[in-house]
Amino acid sequence: MMSDLQELYQEVILDHNRRPRNFRALDDARKAEGYNPLCGDRLTVYLRVEDGLIKEATFQGSGCAISKASASLMTESVRGKTVAEAEALFERFHRTVTASPDAPVEDLGKLSVLAGVRQFPVRVKCATLAWYALRAAAEAREDVVSTE
Amino acid sequence: MTSLTAISAQRTTPLDVAAVRQDFPILRQRVHGKPLVYLDNAATTQKPQAVIDRLVRYYTEDNGNVHRGVHWLSERATDAYEEARDIVRRFLNAAELREIVFVRGTTEAINLVAQTYGRTHVGAGDEIVISTLEHHSNIVPWQLLCEEKGARLRVIPISDSGELDLDAYEKLLSDRTRLVSVVHVSNALGTINPVDEIIRLAHRRGIPVLVDGAQAVAHMKVDVQALGCDFYALSGHKMLGPTGIGVLYATSSLLEAMPPYQSGGDMIRSVTFERTLFNTLPYKFEAGTPDISGAIVLGTAIGYLTQVGLDRIAAHEHELLEYGTDALSRIPGVRLMGTAKEKAGILSFVVDGVHPHDIGTILDREGVAIRTGHHCCQPLMHRLAVPATARASLALYNTREEIDALAAALGNVREVFA
Repeated sequence: MMSDLQELYQEVILDHNRRPRNFRALDDARKAEGYNPLCGDRLTVYLRVEDGLIKEATFQGSGCAISKASASLMTESVRGKTVAEAEALFERFHRTVTASPDAPVEDLGKLSVLAGVRQFPVRVKCATLAWYALRAAAEAREDVVSTE
Repeated sequence: MTSLTAISAQRTTPLDVAAVRQDFPILRQRVHGKPLVYLDNAATTQKPQAVIDRLVRYYTEDNGNVHRGVHWLSERATDAYEEARDIVRRFLNAAELREIVFVRGTTEAINLVAQTYGRTHVGAGDEIVISTLEHHSNIVPWQLLCEEKGARLRVIPISDSGELDLDAYEKLLSDRTRLVSVVHVSNALGTINPVDEIIRLAHRRGIPVLVDGAQAVAHMKVDVQALGCDFYALSGHKMLGPTGIGVLYATSSLLEAMPPYQSGGDMIRSVTFERTLFNTLPYKFEAGTPDISGAIVLGTAIGYLTQVGLDRIAAHEHELLEYGTDALSRIPGVRLMGTAKEKAGILSFVVDGVHPHDIGTILDREGVAIRTGHHCCQPLMHRLAVPATARASLALYNTREEIDALAAALGNVREVFA
């Protein structure tokens, strides 16, 4: 097995794919759907925001291992953050998964396991799908966001 | 007698795949350190050296605009362009040269029919019949037309194995049916539809039939007169030719009665500010400077296919399909989608617990190129209750060893997702 594949499909990612965390709908929450027309991945992200703080983030839908694991990890890492902090985290995450393969990996906590995506440019959309939906949900946009 | 012997000899001599592979330079490449195993032929086929050389030679020696100049190059380009039309005519066994219209591809061919024949023949309350197997390109143009006209789209259902329900089809046909538009070979499942029967049933009621032949023409002999179809659409790049060129075949009586699609240069006979007289067929439907090199090179691609022999290609691909079906069926967790009795070389499958997109990435690292996704057939995916499939699609240059490489790479998928 080639090392970049192992780096992409790390155990943490496979685990979050098999047993996604916060994989449920939230009633009375802001929500937005992320859709990747290229592969049909479709995720809905739910956000409960109180006093500017993300109290809870959940998701539902179907997708590949990368999009599901990324969504799962995202729901864990944005909880307790302000919307602005979550947005800033998305920017750092986006930078990490689109960086050149030789660039050092920024410490993003658990999210750093997705850095292997940088070796697979066509999979960046999978890794960022949930984040785009999160941004739309935070802005309380009801429409479907697309990675295209 | 001689010709009969020649035909039976062609049928019995198997295709020399090693020799064929020599003609496709791209196949010599390595991908991620592994030999390229190209199994995405339903998306686009690779091009033989003869096709590549002809394209270069056109721009090196022949380039001029067609049907315009009196100079030598224009004449040369025009001759080659019109010769290509005749190559296509013979390839499809169309009765007349003027029944061959060059377009950008199957999508444009279908849009042309929807916008000309469709807009003049379909009205409020009328119906257009398509099937569950259709590519988006044979759904959306009709949907738009139906919206515009207040007409209704009717869809032939399929069985779980991916075969059209002909009884249901027959019941869908009515006095309101204005057109039937069906795919010859399903790009997502490989089902070969009984288009002759579909056409027969429609014609009994005087309904014209369009056949989307994008996935058929490089893999089996097609005779539009034997089929009796009214329209036949194809794309050059799926039959060893370049992108950007395709063909709409239509019977001359239909083409004569249809209004022009696009307008401009070359499609006119005379223009005044008061009135325009349109050109004769097929030029009425070829506005503007066409893809001259594309058409010429498509002719070269057809020449190559004919030389290898479509019967031989079909037999080779069928043998590979059976080998591949057997190989994939043996892999635990792999489920083949589309198991029609009549099938072309397409292996669509899903793997338990693994999304097709992940399969595609892991296979790519082994040099194996397949397509993953909905294959532009979202309604079909919905019918099959899967978000997507992985699809290996075969062509004349594929080998058993490549099927083995696919199967071995699928072993890696199971290893990663164990």
